[in-house]
Amino acid sequence: MAEAAIRNAPDSVPVLELRGVTRVLPGPVPVTLVRDINLKIPRATFAAITGPSGSGKSSLLYLLSLLDRPTSGEVLLEGRAIDGLSDAARAGIRLKKLGFVFQFHFLLPEFTALDNVMLPMRKARLLEPRAMRARALDLLHQLDLDDSAHKLPGQLSGGQRQRVAIARALANDPHVIFADEPTGNLDTKNGRIVFDIFERLVDVEGRSVVTVTHDPDLAARAEMRIHIVDGRIV
Amino acid sequence: MRLLLDIALGHLRNRKRQTVVSLLGVGLGVGFFIAIAAMMQGFQNYFIDKIIDVSPHIEMKDEYRNPPLQPVERLYAGGAVGLTGVKPKDEPRGIKQGRAKVAELELLPGVKASGYLSGEIILRYGAKDVSGTVVGIEPERERQVSKLENDLIAGALDNLYTTANGLLVGEGVAHKLGARMGDTITALTAAGVILKMKIVGIFNTGIVELDNFRVYTLLKKAQVLQDRPNVVNRIRLRLDDVNQAEALARRIEQRYGYRSESWQEANQNVLGIFVIQNGIMYSTTGAILVVAAFGIFNIISTVVLEKTRDIAILKSLGFTSGDVELIFVAEGLLVGVAGALLGWVLGYGMTEALGTIDLKTEGFIRAEGFILHYSPWHYIISALMAIGAATFAAYLPARKAARVYPVDIIRSAA
Ligand SMILES: Nc1ncnc2c1ncn2[C@@H]1O[C@H](COP(=O)(O)OP(=O)(O)O)[C@@H](O)[C@H]1O
Ligand SMILES: [Mg+2]
Repeated sequence: MAEAAIRNAPDSVPVLELRGVTRVLPGPVPVTLVRDINLKIPRATFAAITGPSGSGKSSLLYLLSLLDRPTSGEVLLEGRAIDGLSDAARAGIRLKKLGFVFQFHFLLPEFTALDNVMLPMRKARLLEPRAMRARALDLLHQLDLDDSAHKLPGQLSGGQRQRVAIARALANDPHVIFADEPTGNLDTKNGRIVFDIFERLVDVEGRSVVTVTHDPDLAARAEMRIHIVDGRIV
Repeated sequence: MRLLLDIALGHLRNRKRQTVVSLLGVGLGVGFFIAIAAMMQGFQNYFIDKIIDVSPHIEMKDEYRNPPLQPVERLYAGGAVGLTGVKPKDEPRGIKQGRAKVAELELLPGVKASGYLSGEIILRYGAKDVSGTVVGIEPERERQVSKLENDLIAGALDNLYTTANGLLVGEGVAHKLGARMGDTITALTAAGVILKMKIVGIFNTGIVELDNFRVYTLLKKAQVLQDRPNVVNRIRLRLDDVNQAEALARRIEQRYGYRSESWQEANQNVLGIFVIQNGIMYSTTGAILVVAAFGIFNIISTVVLEKTRDIAILKSLGFTSGDVELIFVAEGLLVGVAGALLGWVLGYGMTEALGTIDLKTEGFIRAEGFILHYSPWHYIISALMAIGAATFAAYLPARKAARVYPVDIIRSAA
C-alpha cells in the first residue's frame, strides 16, 4: 500500500530536502549546532551521516526527522514545506511517515516487544486491532524475533532490543527510517545484522534510511555519505 | 483512548505501593464523608421531620415585631427624632377577633388554622411542683393542625371532651410530677385560679422541650385558667407544603401586624447549627482529600520525572503533547475513580457499623442509636469531590510532562 505510494512518487522529488538550514541553540552563549546545510535525499536511498564526535550529526538528524525546528532555512518532506506546521501536525507526520531508531533502544519497559511494536499502530489507528497484531507479529518474524514477542524489554539482549526498536520504527509503514548510531551499543555481528536489515528496507521495500554511524565499515555500505565537521557538510 | 489508558495503567502498576497508599487516602476521605453524612443528614432529617410534625408550620402570636411608631416618629422618619420614656398602651393582650382570623386563614388553599390560648402554669402533685406551659386546644381542630394524637402513648384526644378538667401532659412532665394516667393533680396559674385536673393522656413527641414542659387542655378550660374568657393569643397554621411557610408567614404578618413565625424562623438557631455542622463535615472531608491529592500529586510527579525518557520516545513516535498530558491526567483520574469506589465500599461498611451502635441521647431530641440517612447524593458528591481533587492533582505534573521537548532528552541520553 504505502510502499506503492513511495514507488509512484515522481523520481525527481527528493524524500527530504534541507535548504540553507541553520540551527542555533539560544542562550547567553548561543551554540550553533549545524550551519547552512543544503541537502537532498532521493527516495529509496541508504544515507549515512558520519563525522567526529560533537560535529552535529545528531542535530542534523533531528532536523531531518522533524523532531527539531531550524532557526533559519527550510525543511521539505516529499517536496512539501513543513516548518510552518503545528507541533501536532508534525507529530502526525512523524507517526505515519517516519520511523526512529536510537542508540539506546528506548522501548517502553512496561510493554512486551509485541506491544511496543503495536504502540505506533494503535496511535495511528490505520488498521483493525487484529490486523495490527498480525502486522506486528510479522515484523517481529522478519527481524527474527518470534520468540521475543511476548517478552518484556528487560528480558531481551541488546541486539534483540535494537531489532524490536527497528520493528517499532517500521510499524506504520514509514517512508523514511532515521537511526542515530543504532549499532553504537552492539557487537560487530549484531551491528552487521542491523545494517543488513537497513539494506533490505531500501533495496527490497523502497524506503529511505538515514543513519548516523561512527563505524567506517558500515558507512561504506551506504550509497550516500554525508560527512559533517563543525556543523557543516564537507 | 484505550492506548493512553494502557500506558497510564503501566505506570501505576510500576509504583504499586504508592498507588495503593494514595488509593487508600482517597478511599478513606470518601468513606468518612459517606458515613458522617449519613449520620448527620439522618439526624437533621429526623429533627426537621419532628419539628414539621410536632410544631406549627406558622404561629401567629399576640405580639409585634417592632413597637408601634409614635406619630412624631412617623412624621420624621429615619431617626431624626428620638423619643424616650414612651409608655406602652395597656391594650388587652390576645389576638383581636381571633376566631374571625382563623376562619379567614382557613380560606387560603392548603392551609389549616386553629386558635389557642397559651400560658404559664404550675402543676402540683403531692409535694412536687412542676412549671410548664398550658395550651388550650379544640380536639376536633387539633386533629387537622397537628399530629398530637399520634404522639399519645396513653389516653386519647377526645378524653378532653369526656372528662371534665382533663389534661394531656408530656411524658417528661408526668415523670417529674411522679403522676400517672388517671391521677388528679392541682393546677395553679398567675391569674390566681386553682383547679383540680385529671391526667387523661400522656404524649411523647421525641422533642425534649415539649415532652418536659407542655400540657394541653380544652381551649375553654385554658381561658378559665388564665381568666381570659374568649381570648386566643396564638393562631397556628399547618400547611400542605411546608416550604411555603416562610413566604406565607411574611404575608400574614404584613396583613395582620401580629408577629408570625414560620417553623424555620422558630427553629433558626438549630437550623443554623446544621449549616455549621455541614460546613465542618465538608471541611473535614476536604482536608482528607487534600492530603490524598498531595499523595497523588507526589506519585504522578515522580512518575513524570522517572519517565521523562519514555515521554520523549512517545513524542518522537508521534504522540502529541495533548496525548502525553492525557496519559498523566488519566493516572490521577484512575486513582480518583478507584479510590472513590473503594470509598463507597468503606463508607457503606462504616454506615452499617454505625447503625449497630447502641446509644441513648437526650439533647434537642431523644433518640436511641444513630439515625442514619442513606442518600445516593452522598455517594455522588463524595466521588465527584475525590475524582476532581485527584484529577487536579495529576493535572499539574501532567502539564509538565506535556512540555517535555524530546530532542533535549534524546540528546542528553545519547
Ligand atoms: N544542549 C546543548 N547545550 C550546549 N551545547 C550543545 C547542546 N547540545 C549539543 N551541543 C553541542 O552541539 C554540538 C553538536 O552536538 P551533536 O549534534 O550531538 O553532535 P554529534 O551527534 O555529532 O556527536 C556538540 O558540540 C555539542 O557539544
Ligand atoms: Mg550524536
